[in-house]
Amino acid sequence: MNPTSLAFGTLKITTPEGITFSIRLAGPLSRGMAAALDFALVLVVCRMLSKGLAPLEAALPDLGAAFGMILHFVVSVGYGMALEWRFQGQTVGKRVMGLRVMDARGLHLTHSQVVLRNLLRVVDLLPLVYAVGGVACLANRRGQRLGDLAAGTVVVSVAAEAVPDVHALGALRYNSFRQYPHLEARLRQKVSAAEANLAVSALLRREDLEEAAAAEVFGEMAATFRKRVRFPEEAEQGLSSEQYVRNVVDSIFRSASRSEGSGLRR
Amino acid sequence: MIVDLKAFLAKEQPSWHELERALDALDAKMLDLGRLEESQRLLLLFERACSDLARMGEGTSEPQTRAYLEALVARGYAEIHSGSGGGRPIRPWRWLMVEFPRAFRRHAWAFGCSALLTVLGMLVGAILLVVSPEGRRVATAPFAHVALQSPSERVASEEKDVGHHRKALEGSASRFSAQLMKNNISVSIKAAAFGMTWGVGTALLLFYNGVILGAVCLDYVLDGQSVFLAAWLLPHGSFEIPAILMGGQVGLVLAGALVGWGTREGLRTRLRAVVPDVATLVGGLSLMLVWAGLVEAFFSQYHAPVIPYSVKIVFGGIECVLLVAFLAWSGRQKRDREDQG
Repeated sequence: MNPTSLAFGTLKITTPEGITFSIRLAGPLSRGMAAALDFALVLVVCRMLSKGLAPLEAALPDLGAAFGMILHFVVSVGYGMALEWRFQGQTVGKRVMGLRVMDARGLHLTHSQVVLRNLLRVVDLLPLVYAVGGVACLANRRGQRLGDLAAGTVVVSVAAEAVPDVHALGALRYNSFRQYPHLEARLRQKVSAAEANLAVSALLRREDLEEAAAAEVFGEMAATFRKRVRFPEEAEQGLSSEQYVRNVVDSIFRSASRSEGSGLRR
Repeated sequence: MIVDLKAFLAKEQPSWHELERALDALDAKMLDLGRLEESQRLLLLFERACSDLARMGEGTSEPQTRAYLEALVARGYAEIHSGSGGGRPIRPWRWLMVEFPRAFRRHAWAFGCSALLTVLGMLVGAILLVVSPEGRRVATAPFAHVALQSPSERVASEEKDVGHHRKALEGSASRFSAQLMKNNISVSIKAAAFGMTWGVGTALLLFYNGVILGAVCLDYVLDGQSVFLAAWLLPHGSFEIPAILMGGQVGLVLAGALVGWGTREGLRTRLRAVVPDVATLVGGLSLMLVWAGLVEAFFSQYHAPVIPYSVKIVFGGIECVLLVAFLAWSGRQKRDREDQG
């Protein structure tokens, strides 16, 4: 079995335990921004070095100039290597943009990989501003420039993920549907798992939605649930679409939460 | 399969958080996986997170929880399955004395091809020099002084105005040395990196270097300045030329992995196999060029009577012998002992 496969914009890795997880590949725009940030930082560092070496250059012009030349070269060639090596695949630009270089098999980077992907930048930069690297990225399903291809690395997006706080949904003070347990039971039968989980997901993201978008999303959901089970008019009276969806979720999951077990309902 | 998210999270979240804390501690080098109980606990938490991810299923409509779990499993997977290779500290002396010469010998064929391409270029450069003045101008284009002066004239001026020449050198030797190191390392890195053009760029670069080298050398030889040429080139060239050939060697190794003649392994596997040696060779050749830059600026540029030519030639010869011996034998005995062990 191939331990890695590709879906659109993601790299799927299958572990020896048989678990498949996906890693989001970085897009060309965010990579370009990170590269621009790193380039600017290298320029600033080189400028600071020049200023720092000014006294030495005044006292010993030849030695000062030689030091300056070597340090500029070391910083420009070694910046990416040193930072990716030290900070597990992140330079300052990549950190700001939420990117990380990693082994294409999902493992940690080795020293050799870091050195090689940075050395081959000289080809990727040709003829100007990452033209070769950019074309290679677009032509490659993993978004690998030539340096990444040779070193077996990918650049991935590492936006921090948090566990959803379902408790944030809170318990409803009053759910008019509870007065109709037989309809609630029918609701649990008629509403599919995907629809129920989608409703939870939408409620958890309520604060991220614009008012108009929220009205549209919850309106469509309420309409779908209404088609499944029709509650009496007095139960629905005065309910907004969002409150309707909250009632539905409460009716479905309240019952499920009562049942002890693995946390899964089949 | 319906995930009762509230119950599921309430039950599993503590172990996810524990795994997250353990991974954070590993990142901060505050967790020692050498201790059995800690590594067992980490493995248990990782397997539990894997199991939870499997239970959530592919088609879950709770993408946020799945994304969190995937990120957690990805981190755990990298820690548990990477082994110690990536984080193993580098031992510079062993790297220099054992790994570098071994990497060189493993890919000696590529060094041979690199040398052959350069020699071909030298032959073409020599022919260009001999056939016509136009050929001489083309072959020695990067060195204006070669085109303007005959070798004898240049040698005479170097030897005549020793005091002025020495003073000029002493005022800029460090800068000159740094410039040489920078340029030579850049050229070698390019020769290596152009391997990704299936070796075409590497071959062209080596051939072109050969053309210039062949033309300049023959120019001095034909003008009766062989001793000056040897004394000028040998001290730094005995390291500089092999280092640039090594750059070509790296490029050809990469090209060989790209082309993949005689192997059924996939492209990624072939490339992965050469990555450590490629990085080692580039590191080694960079060190060689640092030495060559120092010698060229502080030694090679001083001609007789300041430094007799015989001294320079003997010095360059000794360097050559030491380099050949180092690349041919260093690290061999140790490997044999390890094999026996």
